[in-house]
Amino acid sequence: MAVSDRALTALRVIEELHRVGVTHVVWLVDTESRFMHDALTADSDLTIVPICREAEGLAVAMGLWIGGKKPVVIIQNTGFLESGDSIRGLGLDLQLPLVLLVGYRGFHRNQPITDSAATYLEPTLKAWTLPYQLVETDEDVPKISQAFELAAERRQPVAVLIGREYH
Amino acid sequence: MSMEAMAALRILAMQRGEAIVLPTMSGARGWATVSTRPELDLPVSGAMGKASSVALGLALAQPNRQIIVLDGDGSLLMNLGSVVTIAGMQPKNLVHAVCQNEVYEITGGQPIPNAERVDFAGIALAAGFVRSHTFHDVAALERELPAVLAADGPSFLTLKLRPFSWDDSGPRRRTIDAARDLQLMLATTPG
Repeated sequence: MAVSDRALTALRVIEELHRVGVTHVVWLVDTESRFMHDALTADSDLTIVPICREAEGLAVAMGLWIGGKKPVVIIQNTGFLESGDSIRGLGLDLQLPLVLLVGYRGFHRNQPITDSAATYLEPTLKAWTLPYQLVETDEDVPKISQAFELAAERRQPVAVLIGREYH
Repeated sequence: MSMEAMAALRILAMQRGEAIVLPTMSGARGWATVSTRPELDLPVSGAMGKASSVALGLALAQPNRQIIVLDGDGSLLMNLGSVVTIAGMQPKNLVHAVCQNEVYEITGGQPIPNAERVDFAGIALAAGFVRSHTFHDVAALERELPAVLAADGPSFLTLKLRPFSWDDSGPRRRTIDAARDLQLMLATTPG
């Protein structure tokens, strides 16, 4: 079965977030993560913190983490690129063990990538020394837990790229 | 009319009680000079404009503690959407204070955009803050601040300050050290 025939489902992602003890979802909805909207907002064990611009996300998550909570930040790659100074000045300089689920707009497994939001994402992650994993189907979802473990171990932000678009 | 910055900060320092205070930019230097509770302070540096967002996260995580962010006007303009984000979450325990001196002090005093007309208190109220106050003089601040701090928020305070009236002779703490100390204290001390 081809990768594109399999699904990444909201319930499986949320199950994994619960498994690692996530308390808050700091989120600016995008085309790659919108498939989780109804399920996430219906989950009474998760507090959704809607933000106006992606760069707020890391800062809100920082406050939650200092206060003893376990946040996850969900943003699109466009907003990730916008968030550079927060990732540098907060995430990396302050050694924050945060996980970012990043919608990989423009990603295609079997086609040339033409969207610059996708073209520059992985080179930027590498330049900023952020480890990352690609999640495309439910089979990949354990990578989210692994990202939390790696973030805690290295005391730095780790990205999980959501390679699922317009499903 | 505007206040001498240190006089305003002294009043806030005297009346903060057990509140956690997050000062940023020039205000952080002045705050370190007057604060008598450094263990409850989290100076936010590193990403300009983000102190209000850090404060929101802390307020949501610690709903039984009062959180006060001491923002700058230039800083707030870099993250103005945070006013809407904060209002959207309605944290009763958050006070967003902005030190409005109308200039970028760190670069020598150039005016912020639309310095003479921008109404931060009005923006906050229109965004959905429960209450919003503007203080131009020390006597009114001293008189009215206790009631403001005692009320449920989110509350917004505009402190009209004279530029270059900080005393930055106080000790400087790195954000990373203050954050770790505060996290440990919060983990071991019930709110």
